[in-house]
Amino acid sequence: MPDLAWMAWTPETAVFFAAIALLLVLMILWGRLDPRNAPRKGILGIATQRGDRLFLSLLSAAFIHLAWIGLAGGWPLWGALLLSVVCAAGVFRFV
Amino acid sequence: MKTVNQKAWFLVLPVLLLVGFSALIPLMTVVNYSVQDTFGNNRFFWAGTTWYEQVLHSARFWDALGRNLLFSAIILAIEIPLGVFIALNMPRRGPGVAVCLVLMALPLLIPWNVVGTIWQVFGRVDIGLLGHTLAALGIDYNYVQDPVDAWFTLVLMDVWHWTSLVVLLAYAGLVSIPDAYYQAASIDGASRLAVFRYIQLPKLARVLTIAVLLRFMDSFMIYTEPFVVTGGGPGNATTFLSIDLVQMAVGQFDLGPAAAMSIIYFLVILLLSWVFYTVMTRNDGHPQAHNPQSDRP
Repeated sequence: MPDLAWMAWTPETAVFFAAIALLLVLMILWGRLDPRNAPRKGILGIATQRGDRLFLSLLSAAFIHLAWIGLAGGWPLWGALLLSVVCAAGVFRFV
Repeated sequence: MKTVNQKAWFLVLPVLLLVGFSALIPLMTVVNYSVQDTFGNNRFFWAGTTWYEQVLHSARFWDALGRNLLFSAIILAIEIPLGVFIALNMPRRGPGVAVCLVLMALPLLIPWNVVGTIWQVFGRVDIGLLGHTLAALGIDYNYVQDPVDAWFTLVLMDVWHWTSLVVLLAYAGLVSIPDAYYQAASIDGASRLAVFRYIQLPKLARVLTIAVLLRFMDSFMIYTEPFVVTGGGPGNATTFLSIDLVQMAVGQFDLGPAAAMSIIYFLVILLLSWVFYTVMTRNDGHPQAHNPQSDRP
């Protein structure tokens, strides 16, 4: 077993990366179950597919968390997570 | 029953391994470092979002980010039009083509640290051709002490080093335009400007997208040349994010804050690259894209 101490894993970061990996697996399964994935134009006026919407959701989530940490320092991060989920729902529905 | 050959996946395995070891594993490690503190010996202490708060509330970070954005904006505003202009005026056939292409490729072949050293000497008032000439003309130029002169030197150096890339990309785009387009324009009596606006520029759109993306990402991550020429000075006038990051990580051994800063830096590059790419390719591809709003009465 290789020594991975230099990677400095913590349970929290492991859960974080596992969640992203799980999202990718879920997207693959979604693609298998419902292959209809034609590009569509939403409120941003750009053609997006599911993968683009996931990318936008993750990028938005990252910036929402940064803004939360920068502007509302001290408040629990669950608020940022909740906001990110709402944003992701909006992206998948309207973008 | 439909059979699917999955052997092709083995062909992408080397790329996946390469990306995994060169990008994913380092990125995961940086994320891990960004939420911990360490004093060496692989001993880490949980720090949560402390380093992110520290970076986001530091004027040093925002100043460096502002300098980076300004530098990239200046670079793009100069190099893209200049590169297209030079490409338009390069010969399309004859012996001049090879001469021009070699001349254009030369700056691209010089390593970054050598470019920095060349310009560090070139700009010096005592022995450098540029600095000495400007001083002889009575211009008060000293990139070591004057922030404006330092910026002027860095911008000039980058333009000298990288405009060639835009030229070569634009030239490749221009020579791929069939003669029939020019013949049609000539029959219609189109002016030189009209030919550029309605034939050449649209045909160059794809290569210019690549040029803008490459030059933006490269200029936004610039490190070696300013480090060699100005070392981030005078004061912090040319301290870009990358220089600041190395100072923090290697100079001060503040790995936690440096990792948090790296993640934010990465996200900014990712966002801006996506915006550039989306804006420049919004009219390409996806011709069948469905706009649900257009269906509404």
